[in-house]
Amino acid sequence: MLRIFRTVLWRDLLLAMRHKTEVLTTLFFFIIVISLFPLGIGMDKALLQKIAPGVVWIAALLASMLALERLFASDYEDGTLEQMLLSPQPLFVIVLAKVFAHWLLTGLPLVLIAPLVGLQYHLSGETILMTMLSLLLGTPVLSLLGAIGAALTLGLRGGGVLISLLILPLYIPVLIYGAGAVADSLLSHNNVQSYLLLLTGFLILTLVLTPWATAAALRIAVE
Amino acid sequence: MNINWFKYAAPSSFYPLAGKLIPWFMGLALLLSLLGLYWGFFKTPNVLTHQKEYYRIIFIHVPAVWMGMWLYVMMVFWALVGLVFNTRLSYMFASAIAPTGALFTVIGLWTGAFWGQPSWGTWWDWDPRMTSFLILLFLYIGYMALQSAIDDSRRADKASAILALVGLVMVPVIYWSVNCPNPAECSSLHQESSTQQIEPNIFFAMMVMVLAFWFYAFGVVCMRVRTLILQREKHTQWVQELEEVQHG
Repeated sequence: MLRIFRTVLWRDLLLAMRHKTEVLTTLFFFIIVISLFPLGIGMDKALLQKIAPGVVWIAALLASMLALERLFASDYEDGTLEQMLLSPQPLFVIVLAKVFAHWLLTGLPLVLIAPLVGLQYHLSGETILMTMLSLLLGTPVLSLLGAIGAALTLGLRGGGVLISLLILPLYIPVLIYGAGAVADSLLSHNNVQSYLLLLTGFLILTLVLTPWATAAALRIAVE
Repeated sequence: MNINWFKYAAPSSFYPLAGKLIPWFMGLALLLSLLGLYWGFFKTPNVLTHQKEYYRIIFIHVPAVWMGMWLYVMMVFWALVGLVFNTRLSYMFASAIAPTGALFTVIGLWTGAFWGQPSWGTWWDWDPRMTSFLILLFLYIGYMALQSAIDDSRRADKASAILALVGLVMVPVIYWSVNCPNPAECSSLHQESSTQQIEPNIFFAMMVMVLAFWFYAFGVVCMRVRTLILQREKHTQWVQELEEVQHG
């Protein structure tokens, strides 16, 4: 079980390292979207601080959405996915490994770049730390939930737009609590812990449940 | 007693049954909605003095909202039956329910806005109930979009069934997260709904309207299922031999 997890994870990371642009596109998309907001709304410092949590989280949602399409697409096209489905290894573990690799390549860079965003929006050190923490807990949930959408729309025309229609409504709880944690650390520190606990709860719930749904969706898509 | 539960699960035996039932469903829907609206408009005393006559939109608003929620549950139920028993008809039911559910959700939101404007002075507020209902509409739209994007109807049925199931799991989570993310900011305009405190005449009219909407939903869903049967089974012999197909 652990070996197949490691093998799939290593293979996906290796493949991604050979096409570095795909990883960098998501990251730069995130940075560009975040840099557009001050230009559109105005550079008032208090206003920027106020909208920062929402902007960061919505940009993270869109960036992870953008990367989802490729999660299974290349394996589907060259037939690797079919072999994975036929293999005696549990599909649950394979899906989990692929999603984990996807998060390492698209979610983790967003967490690491968050301090830069914090400086753009005049956030304090403490709030920047909270942004990183909430993104660290929230972005895996986005990848796990999004994998269902990626599997359902596999091989369809206009798949990218369709994924966002299916998955964005399901992202709402993560958006609310993720942005809520950051916003709360800006004002007071009363509820930060409960936000983080709820995000952790979502993470555990999706970690256990979504790979089943993704595996079922993959079987339907390839059938 | 030995009942054959699956007799009407075959499209060929359900098709004529639905044809016979539709006039009854639609007739009952028409009669009940006439009764409900008459009772609601003329037989209810003006107990609500602080709310003006516009409160009478309640006879459309509440039944439509209930139907919007219940039809989603029904849709998931049929999708689940389809996934478990792999019966074609259950998938057809699930996909036939979706447009009606979306319609009732839109009506619920729309009448809510018309009610909110005179009583709260705003068309829309990001109140937990309204927001989660808007998200319910998004779920219906996602379901229908996925269904229509896949050409192979068997894959479309199964894929959208999984999406509907995931949606059902997420609905309570979304509801509770929209509801009071921050206790300090938790003020909702929408009053708590309680059936106990309602004046009996208003309650009666409302329940009659709920029944009317149910029968309308039955009738319309049966019509849509019949169309789906004809579309998907058009190569089978029993469809070719149908009177309406031969003369059509």
